[in-house]
Amino acid sequence: MTAVALSTRGLSKSFGSLPVARDINLELPVGARYALIGPNGAGKTTLINLVTGMLAPNAGQIFLGSEDITALEPQERVKRGLARTFQINTLFPGLNPLEAVTLAVCERRGIADRFWQNIAVHNEAIEEAYEILSKLRLGDVAYQPTRELPYGRQRLLEIALALATKPRVLLLDEPAAGVPQEESGDIFEVVAGLSNDLTLLFIEHDMHVVFRFASHIIVLVGGAVFTAGSPAEIAADPGVREVYLGTRKHG
Amino acid sequence: MTQVTSSMTPQAYLKSLSRWRAAEIVFWLATLLPFFLFPSYLSLASQIALAALFALSLDIILGYAGVVSLGHAAFFGVGAYAAGIFSKMVWGEPLTGLLFGATLAGLLGYASSFIIARFRHLTLIMITLGLGLLAHEVANRAHWLTGGSDGLQGIEIWPVFGLFKFDLYGTTAYGYSLALLFIFFLASRRLLNSPFGLALRGIRENWVRMPAIGAERQAHIRKAYTIAAFMAGVAGAALAQTTESVSLESIGFQRSADVLVMLVLGGAGRLYGGLVGATIFMVARDQFSGIAPQYWYFWIGVLLVTVVMVLPNGILGGLSKLTARWRKP
Repeated sequence: MTAVALSTRGLSKSFGSLPVARDINLELPVGARYALIGPNGAGKTTLINLVTGMLAPNAGQIFLGSEDITALEPQERVKRGLARTFQINTLFPGLNPLEAVTLAVCERRGIADRFWQNIAVHNEAIEEAYEILSKLRLGDVAYQPTRELPYGRQRLLEIALALATKPRVLLLDEPAAGVPQEESGDIFEVVAGLSNDLTLLFIEHDMHVVFRFASHIIVLVGGAVFTAGSPAEIAADPGVREVYLGTRKHG
Repeated sequence: MTQVTSSMTPQAYLKSLSRWRAAEIVFWLATLLPFFLFPSYLSLASQIALAALFALSLDIILGYAGVVSLGHAAFFGVGAYAAGIFSKMVWGEPLTGLLFGATLAGLLGYASSFIIARFRHLTLIMITLGLGLLAHEVANRAHWLTGGSDGLQGIEIWPVFGLFKFDLYGTTAYGYSLALLFIFFLASRRLLNSPFGLALRGIRENWVRMPAIGAERQAHIRKAYTIAAFMAGVAGAALAQTTESVSLESIGFQRSADVLVMLVLGGAGRLYGGLVGATIFMVARDQFSGIAPQYWYFWIGVLLVTVVMVLPNGILGGLSKLTARWRKP
């Protein structure tokens, strides 16, 4: 049995009378590649917001490894190795990729509050940031302001920023959202090339991508886990087909 | 400007961002000109230098961290009153008085930063405005200590280092103010090129992303706010010492609004914006009030509206756009 990287127990949340997460129990083994799928409004992003602490649950617990992180602030969860990306670009438009990723590296190294040192003396941090950018094929645009980068490059920078926190668990909210289909493969190639120690959960709508890159699939409907299993099991599940074709009523 | 080429190593690139440019050296040499060219305007030059230091302190929180304040004069005023009262009650030695005033302003900044760091946008503007008004009324009410609306009189400051006496012509005053401006400019320049400076720009550029990269954004803001308050305190204390008086106006809303106007005129988030803005504002005030003493704010209003309409990033923002166009054939 492999160790569990991230788990939730009875995670629930409602906005007023609308339940957006219902009794969600997850268990992600170390190194797993999980896809989180479900129709629009199923609560996929809400689940990521709950796990990362951007929303507070009404009930339930979240564990990173064996530690209960339910009460921790988002940045404290990040420091313990839980990172995320955003469906809508949440970048630093006026910084260039090198500055942005160096900032994230400095935060992780605990040197971001040093106001008396020129940043250029932190060679190792800059080196590390540049390596992450090179790995994500952003080396050639490292000095260009983020707001001037092509959209696909900005999606990669989303991932680069998350990687700079050295996560053990990475939650990717539609990493290829808005990217033309022929380019979305590039982004998932990068995702697939990430270290095997890293536990991944990604939201994705394109089923070709999901079946190609996920080792497990969780189907979320109406804020609850509808079913979960291997890609083959999910593909054969007639219930999932119904949900996606919209013949079943859901929230 | 240093040419950025993709062949530069990332370390060399980041280092090049903090390199001294020729225009900067010319700027600082030019600050010495008043000694020779306008010896009869040294008192004004001294006030400009201190207004510039005050605007620079606002730039750290507003221009870099994106924290808008309408009550920054609270720290300027506390520095001024504390330094003035220190000289009357303890002794007239200027540097200890300066340190006392600035420390008190810094402590007040630290205390209020716990409120400031939690809020954004309009709420934050209203809170800083409210705290500013509060400080003003406390100074007004504590007549026995501050002199209230009569101002704090009878300040006597000893010569700087026991050598340079504050004279009528303002030679020592300008030297003192300019030295302080330069020292705190160097410190700010280092701060803004530091990892912490990068974190402040991160907060300004995306408040939401910061915790997602593991940043304690509120702790960063508290630290920046405390530093800015300390610097504002230095400017206030030095004004009290060089003019040997403190008026209630030095802690008032008008002072907070003026410093914001100076920074926006010059260009926020550009290090030199406050310096350029303060110079233009103070010279314009001197000239306009010579023409029509009652109505000179009319012209400041015209200037402000014109600049923000035509140059959204201030005068320096406009200039850098112009030079960028000129360089690219």
